[in-house]
Amino acid sequence: MSGPVRESAWREFAKGWWRENPVFIAVLGLCPALAVTASLRNALVMSGATAFVLIGASLVVSALRHVVPRQVRISVYIVVIATLVTAVDFALAAWMPVAHRELGAFIALIVVNCLILGRQEAFASKNRPVLALADAAGMAGGFALSLCMIGAVRELLGNGRVLGLRVLPAAYEPWAVMILPPGGFFALGLLLTVFAWLRERAEQRRRAEQARVAAAARSGGGAP
Amino acid sequence: MRGELIWIFASACLINNFTLTYFLGLCPFFGVTGRLATALRLGLANIFVMTITAGAAWLLERFVLPWVPYLRLISFILVIASTVQFVEMLIRKTSPALFRALGIYLPLITTNCAILGLALFATNRGYGLLASVIYALGAGVGLLLALVLMASLREEAALAPVPRLVRGTALSFFVAGILSLAFMGFAGLFHGVVE
Repeated sequence: MSGPVRESAWREFAKGWWRENPVFIAVLGLCPALAVTASLRNALVMSGATAFVLIGASLVVSALRHVVPRQVRISVYIVVIATLVTAVDFALAAWMPVAHRELGAFIALIVVNCLILGRQEAFASKNRPVLALADAAGMAGGFALSLCMIGAVRELLGNGRVLGLRVLPAAYEPWAVMILPPGGFFALGLLLTVFAWLRERAEQRRRAEQARVAAAARSGGGAP
Repeated sequence: MRGELIWIFASACLINNFTLTYFLGLCPFFGVTGRLATALRLGLANIFVMTITAGAAWLLERFVLPWVPYLRLISFILVIASTVQFVEMLIRKTSPALFRALGIYLPLITTNCAILGLALFATNRGYGLLASVIYALGAGVGLLLALVLMASLREEAALAPVPRLVRGTALSFFVAGILSLAFMGFAGLFHGVVE
């Protein structure tokens, strides 16, 4: 692989984790992000399944990008995605029956995760397989990261445990609502607020720094 | 029998509201609820697509899928995509104004997980044709209800004095959480009737 390709592949991979995070920044793929995150374990299984489908579909779509006619491209993407999801669905049913039962229809619903279709339309259909792989892996990583954060917050506040291990003292009164459906919305709102606060603080610090530099330049302006 | 159908309808509409308790169809829920009128129209188009999909899913499950179980997801999604295409052409012919108002959200009904979710749930539960259609109607009305409630709340919240940090997306999530809490109150509805 030549230098520039490796460099841009790295950039495509890195952007999905945080700067263009699919859940927190682009607000895509919300349905699974809220529906399966009552516990961290389910969030992990869901992240793995989504990553497999996203990476596989991106590779196929990218490899076929000169073959598929424009008019039917969306249908082709959907069929590719649905095929991969069927494979994941059967594989999980065979190897992880408990997780499969708990996630229920949400494994099948990966088909309509707008994150996956969005990446095919926006990226994989226009770039070579190496870049598509990097982009898909980064986005899948960002998706997994956000799912795990939401799952950890909900399990911690709603249960006092993370991955079934007790973290908060036994005297902690669990917020049962965090494991129930409304908790999904509250947890994501809470995380977004914390991120907005962090961003604003960073922005303020940057501005103060700029003002200090400008003031120093002005006061030092008379000196030779 | 009739009692059971009413129960299916109420359960899909209120108690197990697709958007607020199953987290299905969140994209339009946060995407088009900026304005009440658009939310209402999209909700109506959704009801139509859901009802047709439920009927078609029943037909497929009964007559086709016993022989090719692995085609379940693909056949469902193809039915949904064609129905959406049909609705799109219908609306463009009959009401160009509505067609323009719905814009990109009309084709996006295809990837609305509430619709595929409905087909999966209805066939998983082994509903008959009538029950499937009633279930779809209930779920569709529930979706419409959630969209309209959310749009009304957001129109109010846009004018309210809200701390700057939670403005925008975070505020929408808190509003949705409170709505979802309110819908949990329906859980005891019909309790005595069914058991």
